[in-house]
Amino acid sequence: MKILYVLFSFFIILNYGLLQTGFIRRITARVGKRIGVPFYQPYIDLVKNYAIRSQFSHGVMFYLGPVFRLSGGIGIFLFMPLIYGNEMFSNFSMSGDLILILYFMFIGMLGMALGAGEGGHPYSIIGITRGLSQFTTIEVPMTLAVISIAAQYQTLSISEIVAAQQGGFMNWTIMTNPLATAAAMLAFLGMIGYAPFNVVNAPQENPLGPPTEFHGTFLGMLQTNRVILHVIESILFMNLFFGGATNWLALIVKAFIIYFYAVFIGTVFPRFRIDQSIKWFLFIPTILGILAVIFIS
Amino acid sequence: MKDIIENIQTKFSISEVTKQRDNQYFISVEKKDAVQVVTYLKDIEKFSNFILLTAVDWIEKGQFQLTYLLSDPINKLDIGVRTFIERENATMDSAHHLWEHTATFQRELKEMFGIDFPGSPRVDEPFLLEGWDNIPPMRREFDTKKYSEETYFPRPGRTTNDPAEHMKKKLYPNEKK
Amino acid sequence: MAEEKNYKIIQPEDTEENKFLKPENYKREVTAPDGETFVVDPINDYFCDAKPQPHAPNTIKIVEKFLNWARSESIWVLGYGTGCGSIEIYPLMTPRFDAYRFGVQQRPTPRQSNLFIISGYLSVKTLKRAIRSYEQMPSPKYVMGLGSCTINGGMYWDSYNTINRLDQYMPVDVYVAGCMPRPEALLAGFMELKKRIKEGKGEGANEYAEKFDWYKANQKKVIKDWNMPDYNW
Repeated sequence: MKILYVLFSFFIILNYGLLQTGFIRRITARVGKRIGVPFYQPYIDLVKNYAIRSQFSHGVMFYLGPVFRLSGGIGIFLFMPLIYGNEMFSNFSMSGDLILILYFMFIGMLGMALGAGEGGHPYSIIGITRGLSQFTTIEVPMTLAVISIAAQYQTLSISEIVAAQQGGFMNWTIMTNPLATAAAMLAFLGMIGYAPFNVVNAPQENPLGPPTEFHGTFLGMLQTNRVILHVIESILFMNLFFGGATNWLALIVKAFIIYFYAVFIGTVFPRFRIDQSIKWFLFIPTILGILAVIFIS
Repeated sequence: MKDIIENIQTKFSISEVTKQRDNQYFISVEKKDAVQVVTYLKDIEKFSNFILLTAVDWIEKGQFQLTYLLSDPINKLDIGVRTFIERENATMDSAHHLWEHTATFQRELKEMFGIDFPGSPRVDEPFLLEGWDNIPPMRREFDTKKYSEETYFPRPGRTTNDPAEHMKKKLYPNEKK
Repeated sequence: MAEEKNYKIIQPEDTEENKFLKPENYKREVTAPDGETFVVDPINDYFCDAKPQPHAPNTIKIVEKFLNWARSESIWVLGYGTGCGSIEIYPLMTPRFDAYRFGVQQRPTPRQSNLFIISGYLSVKTLKRAIRSYEQMPSPKYVMGLGSCTINGGMYWDSYNTINRLDQYMPVDVYVAGCMPRPEALLAGFMELKKRIKEGKGEGANEYAEKFDWYKANQKKVIKDWNMPDYNW
């Protein structure tokens, strides 16, 4: 029964993610005074990529790279409580799932590194090197923020963290622990991967980065993972810092606002080089994270 | 500019001086003097910028004409140094030691005209034409139209109009010839 | 410390085919650490040169129709400009023309693109690269010839170094005439291509696979400096 619920919420999240991607692309197009793609374009791209007839492989890891990446995305999803207080949409949330989710975030990156490395294209190797080094520095403020709120609520379960934030605006982590929130929200920019931190797969600079060699079904899997990951990371931040959600409407509104914050910054700002972004993540967000840990303990 | 020309005339034998503008002259020199004149212009007269090196095929005379075009960006002066070389087994002294990018021009001339520049770096590598096995295409005895028709599958039914005749017919259809 | 060579280069025979073979592609006799000697032919051994196979469309008609609709609505263009026409492609993505409306997007890698726009004249040197890129694209793939240069040579019809007819070297779906065509003409070309794909006529990749020997002979006639495997996917 539980599995059916999980599949159902997975279906909702996937569709929501695809629609969100389409709408965001339309919104960014409007910023550039264009009309932009139809909002259902991500669906068509997905169908087309799964319908590519000829596939060629560079080896076993080339197959497994997208699989790892997708399982990383789904892994985060499986342990993420979506709606607070609803047994149907809590997925497999348990005590300590926060640590698990942090691990799953890195697994996708590592799998991608192996797959892209086997692809053998120099641009994918450059891209994945940048991606790994940037993600390592993103993890620093993120982990500090997580330590801070874990110390604050004395738990590592996302459900309990959400439960502790119920009862009004003033109980949210953003009010009770603003430093950790600030550090984590800056790390969020890097996780979503829009500008200024999109040098990993900057299309103009190193064509497409890691997924250069992936095509057809592989690319379809990467696209699926990308939309899930974007939604699920927004939901993670919503759960940790913005009081979670008690119904679907609140979830969609909150997740969209959090995601749109990254999109907004990405549309406005130019791109950092990799050395600049690493320095940036290790400077302000890390200091904020350290301060958050000090203040809470 | 005039004094520069006079200075050169005292040192080298110049067969012809053409004045294009007040700040643009062309001088013709012997083949053995050409690179020396260019060196002199660069080192003494401060023509520091090498613009291009090009060739013209004078098939009737059996000669190639090479033109070195130099400029002085500070005083805004241009000078062209012309020289004739033999068409048979055409060789010329390389000038790549003066400006590095001269080697690229020499590489192109080797490919397009078959003029050899011994000692110039990478002069034998193909520049634009990979795997060319005919006579160099810019020489005038090379029939480019015939080569194209033999090689590149011309689409049948293509017609060519003489522009003057075509416009005459179009604009004045009633006029008799 | 100079690395000791464990191989001996075999000089190729002096035939027409080997005339432009590069030294790094010469066959060589390698001595393995255990003393065994064998011959390595870089072009055939380091690359897989299996011929392309035609892929049959989905047998269920309505599924194939749906997939063709998806393919026609999501055309990913390879961002590779060959001639002067490439400058006409970039305005397509700007607010004035906005090809994104029609599902046309640019991809920087041939592995992910479906449409190859040959934008203008193709010199022989570029043709070699274009064929390589074309063969790397996954099936189904489409080719659009842009400008009169790809149709009959255009103003370079008697040039010694540009090809005259693109359809001798790769299967072309749509031609856009003009010198140069404006971006509006390109958009019209996209519409025509969509119609073709929806009708199920966009089978250029299968055609290429079926008439592979003919295309390869034509390509090798002009590209004498081949130096790569026959089929580079």
